[in-house]
Amino acid sequence: MAILVIAEHDNASLKGATLNTITAASKIGGDVEVLVAGSGCAAVADAAAKVAGVSKVLLADNAVYEYQLAENMGDLVAELGKGYSHILASATTTGKDFLPRAAALLDVNMLSDVTAVESDDTFVRPIYAGNAIATVKSSDAIKVLTIRGTGFDAAAAEGGSASVESVDAAKDAGTSAFAGEELAKSDRPELTAASVVISGGRGMGNGDNFEILYKVADKIGAAVGASRAAVDAGFVPNDMQVGQTGKIVAPDLYVAVGISGAIQHLAGMKDSKVIVAINKDEEAPIFQVADYGLVADLFDAVPELESAL
Amino acid sequence: MKVLVAVKRVIDYNVKPRVKADNSDVDLTNVKMAMNPFCEIAVEEAVRLKEKGIASEIVVVSIGPKVAQEQIRTALALGADRGILVETDEKLESLTVAKILKGVVEKEQPQIVIMGKQSIDSDNNQTGQMLGALTGMPQGTFASEVAVDGDKLNVTREIDGGLRTVALNLPAIVTTDLRLNEPRYASLPNIMKAKRKPLETVAPADLGVEVKSTLSLVKVTPPAERSAGIKVDSVATLVDKLKNEAKVL
Repeated sequence: MAILVIAEHDNASLKGATLNTITAASKIGGDVEVLVAGSGCAAVADAAAKVAGVSKVLLADNAVYEYQLAENMGDLVAELGKGYSHILASATTTGKDFLPRAAALLDVNMLSDVTAVESDDTFVRPIYAGNAIATVKSSDAIKVLTIRGTGFDAAAAEGGSASVESVDAAKDAGTSAFAGEELAKSDRPELTAASVVISGGRGMGNGDNFEILYKVADKIGAAVGASRAAVDAGFVPNDMQVGQTGKIVAPDLYVAVGISGAIQHLAGMKDSKVIVAINKDEEAPIFQVADYGLVADLFDAVPELESAL
Repeated sequence: MKVLVAVKRVIDYNVKPRVKADNSDVDLTNVKMAMNPFCEIAVEEAVRLKEKGIASEIVVVSIGPKVAQEQIRTALALGADRGILVETDEKLESLTVAKILKGVVEKEQPQIVIMGKQSIDSDNNQTGQMLGALTGMPQGTFASEVAVDGDKLNVTREIDGGLRTVALNLPAIVTTDLRLNEPRYASLPNIMKAKRKPLETVAPADLGVEVKSTLSLVKVTPPAERSAGIKVDSVATLVDKLKNEAKVL
C-alpha cells in the first residue's frame, strides 16, 4: 500500500500545509510518496525529499503545471494516482480546486477536510460548519482526501532522505489559462500557520481601524484575521476571513476583537488552544467559547493591550 | 447563450443543526429548509448575465426529493426561465450528483454552468470540480468576478493569499464564492409568475445514472463543547493570565 501526497508549493518553496498532510498520510500507514507538480520547482522536490517519513518524491516539472491549473493537475493526479491506495492533498484553495477532478476521473468519491484518521478506510470530518462531526467509511478502491492542517501536527521538515524521480508527464488540457494574480503582500505570518491570530469583526467600524490590530500583531508576530461580517462590510479583503467560508485556524492564541461569535465564525477558530474575546457587549456569544473574556470598548482595550505587551 | 444553474435544498442557514440522539446523522425532522446560500449567489449571477444580454435562457436544476421543487420555484421567481427536478429520495454523494448533472449538461448543452462552491450541510466543495472532470469543461472555482470576453470566460477566484484570474474556454463551469454578488429578494408578482414557469421532473435513470454509494456514515457526533472561561476586569489582568496561566505569550 502506498499513499500519494500532492505537494502544495509556489514553485520556489514547499508550503507548510504539506507537512501536516504528510503526517495524516503516515497515520494511514504505508509508503508515503510526494508528487511535486510545477515549473522550475526542483528545489521544492528536494525539500520534500528531506521531510521525515517520505519514501519517494515524484517531480513533474513542466510549464503546463506552472500555475497548477485544476484541469491539468486533475488529469495528472488521476493518471499517476491509479497505482496508489490513497491520494491526499491539503485542504487549501489549490487542493480543493484540483483534487475533486482527479477523484471523478478515477470514478471514486472524495472526503474533504479530514481532521482525523481512524483507520485506512475510515476518516473523521466536520459537516454543517463544524456543528456535527462525521465518521465516514469509504469502500472506494482509491481513497481520495483533502486534509485540514489543523487536525494534524506538521511532519519534521528535516530527517528524511527520499529519492527524487522525474515524471515524464506534460499533458495540457488546453481549456484554461492563467490570466493574472493579485496577492496580498504582508510580512505577517500566514493565518493558517501563525501561532497567534488576532481577528477583528464588525465592531472595528471600518478598515482603517484595523490598524490598531496590525500594531498589536506586529509586536507579537501574530497574523491578522477577520470575521465574515467585517469582510462583507468591506473593511478588509476576503483572504483574511476566518470561518466556515474562510480559513480554518487553530493557533495557540486566538484573540477575537469586536466579533460577536456567529456559529460560522466559531467553525473557523474554535479549535484554537486559548481564545480571548474583547467585546463591549457582555451578552455576545463569543464569550461562551472564550477562555478569557474582557468586556470593554475595543478602542480603549486594544491600544492598552499593545502597550502592555 | 444558455446558462445552467444547479441549486440544492439544505437546512436553513439560520438554523443550528442538532445531532440525532442515536448518533446516526443530523436531525432534519421538522427543520426549516431553504436554498443553499452559495446557490442563491449562483442564481443571482445567472440573472445578472441575462440582464446584461449575455445569457439568453436560464435553466435551473435541483436534485432531490419532490419538495426540492420549492427551491426551483424560488430560483424561477428570481429570474430563471425553467426548471428541472431530478427526483430521488436517496441520499446522494458528490460523484453521483456530478454524474446526474453531466446528464443534464449533455441534454441542455449550456455554455456556462454556475453552481455554489459548497453546500452548507455536507461542506464538500466537490461537485462543480467533478462535473468539470466528467464533461471535460474547465472550471473557475470560488469565483468573485465573472466576465464573458468573446469566446472566453474570465473568472477571478478567491484563493489563499489573494485573487487569481483564469481565462476559460466555453463551455465552462463557475462555482460561486460569497463576494461574487449580493442576491436579490424575489418580488411578490415574480413569485406568482414563477408558479406558471415550466418545471420538468425526471429520474436519475432517465439521465443514465445509477445511484450508487461508496461512503457510509459510521456515526455523527456533536462537536466537543468548549466551556466558557472567565471574565477578566482589565487588560493588565488579561496579559498577566496569558503570560502566567495560559503561557501563550
